[in-house]
Parts: sequence; structure tokens; C-alpha cells
Amino acid sequence: MMLKRLLPHKTQMLVLLRPGFLVGLAILLGSLALAIFPAAFAPFEPNAFNYSALKQPPSFEHWFGTDNLGRDTLSRVIWAYSVNMQMAFVATIFALVIGVTVGALVGYYGGIADAIFGRCVDAIITFPFLVLVIAVVAVLGPGLTNMYIAITLVGWVYYARLMRAEIMGQMANDYAAAGKVMGYSDRRIIFRHLLPNAITPVIVYWMTDMALAILLGSSLGYLGLGAQPPQAEWGVLIAEGRNFITTAWWLSLMPGIAIVLTGLGFSLVGDGLADLMRPRG
Amino acid sequence: MTETKTDFGTCPRLLEVSNLSTSFSAGTKQLRAVDDVSFHVNEGEVLGIVGESGSGKSITLRSIIGLSRRYGQVSGEVNWQGNNLVTMPERDLRKIRGKDIAMIFQEPMSSLNPLLTVGLQIGENLTEHTDLDKRGRKNRAIELLEMVGIPDAVNRLNDYPHQFSGGMRQRVMIAIALASNPKLLLADEPTTALDVTIQKQILKLILDLSKDLGMAVILVTHDLGVAAQTCDRLAVMYGGKLVETGNTREVLRAPQHRYTMGLLKSVPENIEPRTQLYSLPGTPPSLLNLPLGCAFAPRCAHAVDECSRAKPPLVGDAHQVACFNPVNQGQTPIGAA
Repeated sequence: MMLKRLLPHKTQMLVLLRPGFLVGLAILLGSLALAIFPAAFAPFEPNAFNYSALKQPPSFEHWFGTDNLGRDTLSRVIWAYSVNMQMAFVATIFALVIGVTVGALVGYYGGIADAIFGRCVDAIITFPFLVLVIAVVAVLGPGLTNMYIAITLVGWVYYARLMRAEIMGQMANDYAAAGKVMGYSDRRIIFRHLLPNAITPVIVYWMTDMALAILLGSSLGYLGLGAQPPQAEWGVLIAEGRNFITTAWWLSLMPGIAIVLTGLGFSLVGDGLADLMRPRG
Repeated sequence: MTETKTDFGTCPRLLEVSNLSTSFSAGTKQLRAVDDVSFHVNEGEVLGIVGESGSGKSITLRSIIGLSRRYGQVSGEVNWQGNNLVTMPERDLRKIRGKDIAMIFQEPMSSLNPLLTVGLQIGENLTEHTDLDKRGRKNRAIELLEMVGIPDAVNRLNDYPHQFSGGMRQRVMIAIALASNPKLLLADEPTTALDVTIQKQILKLILDLSKDLGMAVILVTHDLGVAAQTCDRLAVMYGGKLVETGNTREVLRAPQHRYTMGLLKSVPENIEPRTQLYSLPGTPPSLLNLPLGCAFAPRCAHAVDECSRAKPPLVGDAHQVACFNPVNQGQTPIGAA
């Protein structure tokens, strides 16, 4: 009975049965399984050299072929799932938490804080996202941790902007004023009343942002600013295959497909969630 | 309901508003939404503030409780138990809001948080202002829901606002407002969004609760009929100013301000079928561009020279009026005497 109350209405739940959403969910769950238990799925060690099988095209033994050192591409793509799925989460979650908090506070209080925030956002948004992240990584030095810091430093702005607008929209409702005349503290009004009502678009944006984080992470990996070889990471894998693109196309294509597929999974699930959460009774 | 009026003249004053003004910056201009308004509320009494849209009645209410300060400049004095609410710091004001003075709003659809059960929303007020534990809060919530006439209160505690009808939501809102036994309830057009039969029930509920709990009420409404049925005293607002105050019966039987007179005339009562209804000529002035003198003068058929030169002060004892050329005592608003 409790569960029934927590879930949206039946007709809204039908969204979950749409093929798009189901496909997205299957992809995401599959990706998660691969990310959590790569050893169970990968047929070979990701970094095991095999000099008797160099640059082999896809075959029954090596489904995705092997690279110039004889490493099994399928195993490397599978092991990369842990890194790239971690990227999707870690690169976005801090930005989300910081952005939501800052956005809620400036949206609620307005005034000078809001004006300063507005200028900061304008300044950050004028730079292309990738260029700014690369600049921060260049200062901090390459590597996964620094990449996460860089993406968080730039990415929170987008969450904050969204949250600020949503909070201001919610404040037009009388329940915000009602909370104030009931003598509730600002903290209680913001975090217990306004925030849960304003969070939906942020969650939906988060889904797309996770897909973007994977793209960004692999782009930086490709440029040598993110994960470092020999770690298996899609961007790194594509970069490794670049030199052999005319002779061993599978080296770059296979991780590329993994990126596209995972990105698609996040987008489809994000779409479904958007439809599910948008109308509220 | 008019028969049960008691004389509140001797009751101690609960709230005293003097020279309250609220203005907002609109570009380079100052918009004076509330202009030098003074009135008082006695203990246990129902005061009605009536006026048309934009006359400043809601802003007056919001200025009393400090909701307007974020957006505009409030000056004057609101005396509550020896303290001036206008200058009181937000932190102290919070202890009075919800506990001593509560407020209900026009739109029961948006004044409840859609994501919390009504039980939890009543609990919010109780956690803020009482020491009740979880069990005590639940019992009090049931008690309150029963008090405002929600059937099967025990089982409705876990329902969400969208599972209630408009009238029921307004009852829930009243239950939340009354959770900590306030001494004054500010009601900002509480029945405007409801249909007529429900309106009557909600008004009766507010009146009954006011009487049972000894709670004073300021009822803001643009519906003269509602005010006539409910209020002990009336305050009529026009263009951000109070134009007439007094005992409801006196104000309605013998209005002295031309605007009140016009309002009463436009109530369709005792007229032949298929005759044109009376309406006040003209429209209210823009608050950005108020005339120098009486704000009603441009629409007034009885304006004298003085009206356009100076603002008439609110004069009188129990029945006060702000008019240079008030209605003579002999005249009655409606043809029948």
C-alpha cells in the first residue's frame, strides 16, 4: 500500500513499457553488469600480451579482434566499462550536488548572491565546455582524478542554473509563502518543500549529462588528458587504434560502438524518466 | 449569521496597524500599493477588508506578516503585543508566524505542497512550534482534520493533496494554519477559488472556529456578500487607501463614502428583471499614477473642488470615512429603506 502511493499513476507507468525505454533500460543494466563484474564476462586478461596473435581481425576466438600487442579487444572494451561507467557517475554526481545546493540557495534568496551567481554563470558559459575542462586539466595535470575535478568545476554551473530557475518557478506557488507564514525556517522551506518539487528536471538532465560525461571522458582519454594507457578506457582504446585505422579498423570501431550504445542507453532512459516525471497531480 | 454579532468595541485590541505603507520599485517609479493605512483588530473579532482587484488589500495583509518586505519597502507600525512587526527581525518574526498569527491563501490548489501527505504537512507546523513527539503530532493532526470537518480523518492522514477536492484542500490548509492555536488568522480571499456552495461551508467553518477558539480573523475579499455575511467590522479599500471603516451593519446600511455607496449599488438586489445592472463608471486608477487628491475623485459624481487638491483624511469615531463630501445620513444605498 505504501509502495502504491509512492509510484506515479498507472497511466503514467505505461511509459515504462514503451520499447524505447525498455531497450534503454536493458542497455544500461547490461552496461552496469559489465562494469561491476568485468572479469566474469571478459574472455581474456585486458592487458595480457599474446605475440602469436597480433592485429588479428575479429574471429571466433577473438570476437573483436586483437591489437598490435595481441591484447584481446573485446576484453579491453569490457574492462573499460568499469572506468567509463564510473566516469558517468563520478564526473556528474559532485557537480549535481554542488549545483543543486547553490542553485536552490541563490534561487531562494535572490539579491546580491543571485546577481553575482548570474555573472559567474555568464562567464563560465561563454567558454565552450570542452575547452574550459581541457584548460583546467592542463593546469592540474592529466589523469582520471584531475579530470573529475575539472568536469565538476565547470559542470556544476549547468545544474545550478537549472535548479535556480526551477526553485524560482516553485516559489510562485502559495505553498512556499505558506511555509514562510507558518514560521518555517528557510532551510526547511528550501530543502523539504521546494527542492523535492523542483528536482525533476535536474534528474532528467542528469541522465543526459551522464551520457555526455562518458563522451567527454573518452574525448579527454583520447587526447591523453584523462585515463592513461595502458588502462583500458574507450577513448584510450580509440587513440591506440588510430595508428592502425587503415589496417585494423576494429581497434577503434569496437570501443566507439560501446560509447554510442551506452550513450543511447542513458538517453533513452532519460527520455522515459522525463515522460514519467513530468506531469504531477 | 448577521444576527450573532457582538459588540467588540469594548474588547482589548489584538493588532493595531498605524500608518502602514508599502511601496514597490517599478523601474524608476515608486508604486504605492498600500498608502498610509491604519486600522485595528479586536480580540476574537472578524474584520473584513474589501475592495476591488489592485486596491491593496492583499498587500496590506502580506505586509502585516512581513511577506512583502522582500519585494518592497514597508513603513509604519504594526503593533502586536507591544512589538512592532514591521521592524522586527526575521528571526523573531518566525516565532510569531504560524504560532500566533497564521495565514491561509486564495488558491488551495497551490498552497499545499504536492509531494507531502497532509498528515506530514500539519506535522511540519507542529514540529516548528510545539514539543510534541511523532505520536503526539499524529494525534493532533487527526484532531485538527476532524475539527475542520474532514470525514474519516484517521485514514486521510496519509493522502496527498491531489486526492482532495478544492474545498477539502482549503479545509486542510485551515487545519495546518490552526495547528498551533493562533490568536489571529489572516485569510487572503479564502473562498474566491471555490464554488458557491463550498464557499459558504468554508466561511461558516472559519466563523465557527473563530468563535470556538476565540480567534480573530482578518478576511480579505472582493465579494461584498461574503463580507456582509461574515464580518463584524468592515474596512473598505480603494487605490491603496482605506476609505471607510466601521461596524458591518452600519457601513452597509448607511455608507458614507461614495465608493462604498457605488459598490453597494452594484449588488443586484431588489431590481426588476431584465433591467441593466448598475456599475461604477470608469476604472480604478493605476497605482503608478495616482491623482494628487482623492483616488476616487475622477470616478465620483459628487466630487467637489477640494477632492482633486488634497487627500481626504480618515475621520470619525467608530464609523470612519475618508471623504470631503460624504453621503448624507438620510440617503440609503438601495431604493428600499
